[in-house]
Amino acid sequence: MDLKMDLEERLRAETWGKPSSVNDLPQRVPPDRQTQFPNFASHKNLQKREDQDPSISNYGMRIEPSFSEFNRPSECQPPLPSNPISQDRGVQMNDILQLGKTQEWDPKAMLNNLSFLEQKIHQLQELVHAIVGRRGPVLGRPDELVAQQQQLITADLTSIIIQLISTAGSLLPSVKNSLSSASTPPIRQLGQLGGILNNSGSGIGLDSNLVLPSQGGSKVPDQSNQVDPMDQSAIDNLEDHESKDDEDGDEGENLPPGSFEILQLEKEEILAPHTHFCTICGKGFKRDANLRMHMRGHGDEYKTPAALAKPHKEAGSEMMLIKRYSCPYAGCKRNKDHKKFQPLKTILCVKNHYKRTHCDKSYTCSRCNTKKFSVIADLKTHEKHCGKDKWLCSCGTTFSRKDKLFGHITLFQGHTPAIPFDENKGGLSLQGEHNEDTNKVGNVSFSFGSSTPSSGGVQNIMEDVKGNVDDPSSFFSPLSFEASNFGGFNEFTRSAFDDSEGAFSFLLQASCNYTQKNGGQSSSNNLE
Amino acid sequence: MTTITISPSLFSRTMKRHKPAVAPAPAPEGPALFDLLSEEIVFMILDFLDEDPLDRKAFSLVCRSFLALESRHRKSLRPLRAEHLPTALARYPGAAALDLSLCPRVTDASLAVVAAARGDALRSLDLSRSRFFTAAGLMGLASRCRGLLELDLSNATEMRDSAAAAVAEFKNLEKLRLARCKSVTDIGVGCIAVGCRKLRLLSLKWCLGVGDLGVGLVAVKCKEIRSLDLSYLPISNKCLPSIMKLQYLEELVLEGCFGIDDECPVILKDGCKSLKVLDMSSCQNITHVGSSSITNGAGCLQHLTLAYGSPVTFALAASLKRLSMLESLKLDGCMVTTSGLKAIGNCCLSLTGLSLSKCSGVTDDGLSFLVTKHKRLKRLDITCCRKITDVSIAHITSLCAGLTSLRMESCSHVPKEAFVLIGQRCHALEELDLTDNEVDDEGLKSIARCSKLSILKLGICLNITDEGLSHIGKSCSKLVELDLYRSAGITGLGIQEVARGCPSLETVNVSYCNDITDASLMSLSKCKRLKTLEIRGCPLITSLGLAAIAVHCRQLSKLDIKKCCNIDDAGMIPLAHFSQNLRQINLSYTSVTDVGLLSLASISCLQSMTILHLKGLTPSGLAAALLACGGLTKVKLQASFKVVLPQPLFEHLEARGCLFHWRNKVLQAELDPKCWKLLLEDVMH
Repeated sequence: MDLKMDLEERLRAETWGKPSSVNDLPQRVPPDRQTQFPNFASHKNLQKREDQDPSISNYGMRIEPSFSEFNRPSECQPPLPSNPISQDRGVQMNDILQLGKTQEWDPKAMLNNLSFLEQKIHQLQELVHAIVGRRGPVLGRPDELVAQQQQLITADLTSIIIQLISTAGSLLPSVKNSLSSASTPPIRQLGQLGGILNNSGSGIGLDSNLVLPSQGGSKVPDQSNQVDPMDQSAIDNLEDHESKDDEDGDEGENLPPGSFEILQLEKEEILAPHTHFCTICGKGFKRDANLRMHMRGHGDEYKTPAALAKPHKEAGSEMMLIKRYSCPYAGCKRNKDHKKFQPLKTILCVKNHYKRTHCDKSYTCSRCNTKKFSVIADLKTHEKHCGKDKWLCSCGTTFSRKDKLFGHITLFQGHTPAIPFDENKGGLSLQGEHNEDTNKVGNVSFSFGSSTPSSGGVQNIMEDVKGNVDDPSSFFSPLSFEASNFGGFNEFTRSAFDDSEGAFSFLLQASCNYTQKNGGQSSSNNLE
Repeated sequence: MTTITISPSLFSRTMKRHKPAVAPAPAPEGPALFDLLSEEIVFMILDFLDEDPLDRKAFSLVCRSFLALESRHRKSLRPLRAEHLPTALARYPGAAALDLSLCPRVTDASLAVVAAARGDALRSLDLSRSRFFTAAGLMGLASRCRGLLELDLSNATEMRDSAAAAVAEFKNLEKLRLARCKSVTDIGVGCIAVGCRKLRLLSLKWCLGVGDLGVGLVAVKCKEIRSLDLSYLPISNKCLPSIMKLQYLEELVLEGCFGIDDECPVILKDGCKSLKVLDMSSCQNITHVGSSSITNGAGCLQHLTLAYGSPVTFALAASLKRLSMLESLKLDGCMVTTSGLKAIGNCCLSLTGLSLSKCSGVTDDGLSFLVTKHKRLKRLDITCCRKITDVSIAHITSLCAGLTSLRMESCSHVPKEAFVLIGQRCHALEELDLTDNEVDDEGLKSIARCSKLSILKLGICLNITDEGLSHIGKSCSKLVELDLYRSAGITGLGIQEVARGCPSLETVNVSYCNDITDASLMSLSKCKRLKTLEIRGCPLITSLGLAAIAVHCRQLSKLDIKKCCNIDDAGMIPLAHFSQNLRQINLSYTSVTDVGLLSLASISCLQSMTILHLKGLTPSGLAAALLACGGLTKVKLQASFKVVLPQPLFEHLEARGCLFHWRNKVLQAELDPKCWKLLLEDVMH
């Protein structure tokens, strides 16, 4: 450790003094904490970049600073696994290259790498120690934790192997050249690397050769985590994501005819529920990853990282034609015989397209019982929103958002917003009550006069009033209608805009309650 | 036409003379003369009988054929009770416009009657104050009255989207008012926008449930719109672009649209060449920057209202320069700077109306400069411009001789001498509001020269006396409205003079003129057209005076006798007997008892009563009166009655269409007018 720190100090002094505080940070963190549990999240982010150079595949945490350099076009790629030291070294080498000196292997760098490897192995050792130490208390735990730890170790080991190989490879000038040119496609590099490995005749067999091209050793635990059967939500997410892959996604693509290879799956193949089958027990799987996880149950040989790793696409695929798919349904626009043939991009697109377009819609939404789907993912997507589409057009289309409905109505002549059913019902029921009110009103105004043996003067006048009430003509004297020009009156009766809703609402309420009571009869009785 | 010249007034007077006779004997040559006239000509004559509604009634009472003629001539009806709709519609077959706003209850059944009787002939329907009808009733109406052009559903606060959808079925609707339909949402307005494509006028004022989407759809679908009222809607800038694309839009009201900000005028800039009237009052979020840039686009703008908005600065005023057609400008309640006023003076070429009511910052300097440039000014409102003095008045009167309306309530720094100038120079004045000013008898004597004056407000003018008012009475024969509220110097004599000289008086307010007596009322009873009389707080007036009014002023529709403690049941009985047009009465603090109140029940028009602090009123008397008044829509009562009277009574009355307002005021001693004004000033400062 001391040695390494010294080395770093020295190196920094030698070079441009470039390393920023960003570079420093990861170095100062104790190395065991950096590597013990690789951070999957950051790995995922980094993987794209890792693709560009398989040799820089490990030690995710440490790589970070070097990536900032990586993006600079003027910069040479470090020839060696990128820890901060090697990066510094890369800069150095860049200097050398610029000076036009012939390239020789740099013993200093080699020493760096070796000491790093040593350190790495040491950490791994500690980790295994810790696991052994924890064995006792952990016994009760489920196997998956152990499996995870195992995977961690395998991942670390793999990375060490890779580093070792690349260190060995750095001895060969051809590797240096290929690595220092940033524009080299990853696959060619791989091929070269593979060749070198074979040439050098190192003890590492084909196995590790397969591991190398996979997107970094760290990918292995990462991926196994993704397809972990316990992590159901991850799989769900995956499915959702896939269901969005519409077959129309490639609409804008304009591949010249002949520049791609057209594949056509048969109907049975498309509709088959499983595409990956276990060679041992015959169980079918939708995903290869699931199959691989399944295979672990068939023996230890399937538990190696190599077996668990995603099978790499055949080398040299670059040279191959791009694959596009055709729908087997004759006459379909997606069928290769169609005049305006539009190919489908992936197998998943083929499946979804075929089911959606040429199959019965067998999945019915359990909530609305009207919407049908042929792709189950579509149903699931629908069910998430079913019932929430409260904005309804007269044409029957529903919308989850009001502005979408209004956009639709703006667009189409004659379409109109539809009123929710419950409100209509409310309006009708109100009407009934009002009619009842009318009857009551009639009854009361006539019953009142006769049933009021009230005191003296009031009584007499009441008789008068009653007379008036009973005689409709006195109400409807033509005079009542003469007043059509009394414009000013309106303003006086009600203060121009008394905004009290209360008045109205309490009235409505009262009139609704009113039907249950005995109305005017009782009130006039109370008067006595 | 030229050979037969019958003055309408003469005609009506003749008819009136016939009225007392139970069966008018046909004059020997009368029917023969009228037989010569074709129906069209008689209809044209009848068209002139608009002034006084009683004239037409008199005409129809002459004979059977006149009755039939008048029935056919009637184009609009305004019944007081929906119960009488079948009879009324049968009697007036030509009435295509129906105003049901006075009916306390308009049920779906009433609407069905209308639909059955008129069908496609119905052109206009006003339900603006009606309640109890539902969406189903509207739907029934829509299915049978496809010719309806105008519909007013204002204040239907319970109306929901289903009712709006029913409205959308009136495919030919051109004018629709939905003010204060608070429960209608974008969906309902969307239905209307799609259904009523011919809309020319739409008012959505206070439809708080309507936002950008609904308004936007209206603008997209109803291309014919001329007038759009969007006051107090929760709309934002988003819907404005589509509104601005309306080709024929002439009037746009955006009062109190707080969601619209300075972005809006930018949009307005490239829109709406046809816009003539724009109201952006109380748009809090439009600053002077926005207001300045509004005016870029609308070159045809004639009336602009920016009341209660941003301060009127030089920049804003200068931007008005582009509006070459501007005729009237309202800046009520704005902060106004002198430089702003001067800029307005320099910019607008042809202003005829200017309103600076309640503008702080109006100075003599600014206003004087402004009027030198706008000599064509006809209407000027400088209410509550408290900084201006006689300098302004001198300028205004000398330069704007054509002024027809001058409102200058509470211009407290204008000395009394200034009012003499008004009378000397502005002879065209028709409306003058001098409420709460220093004007005195000299001023009134001078103002009396404005012989065209029809509205004169002299409330809280403590310096005027009977002498000044007599001058007005002698010369202003066209006076229609006179306000003497709390002008305590007025006693009987002045009123008598006015009553004698101004026969066309319709509205008189002598509230709190403590010295007014019965004699004044008796003289006022000569004004046959009196419709509104307010005599609050005149303790000397007794039932005798009120009886005189009741007997002679048959058109009286509003009466306020609050705190006339000497008026009792004796005043109510003639009122009940003669004032059959009475709609509204305030009886608070009088000596009326059960008997008086009950007698009022025979007035079938009566709709609104305020009955507070009647000492002689018993709960049972009140209940009897309330039940007997079938047409009541609004009653103000003391809260104590709520407990005493049975709840079912109120429920029944409410079901009939009556609203109750409960008050819990304590009796207060009346203050001396001068003391009252001092008190008022204390509050203000």
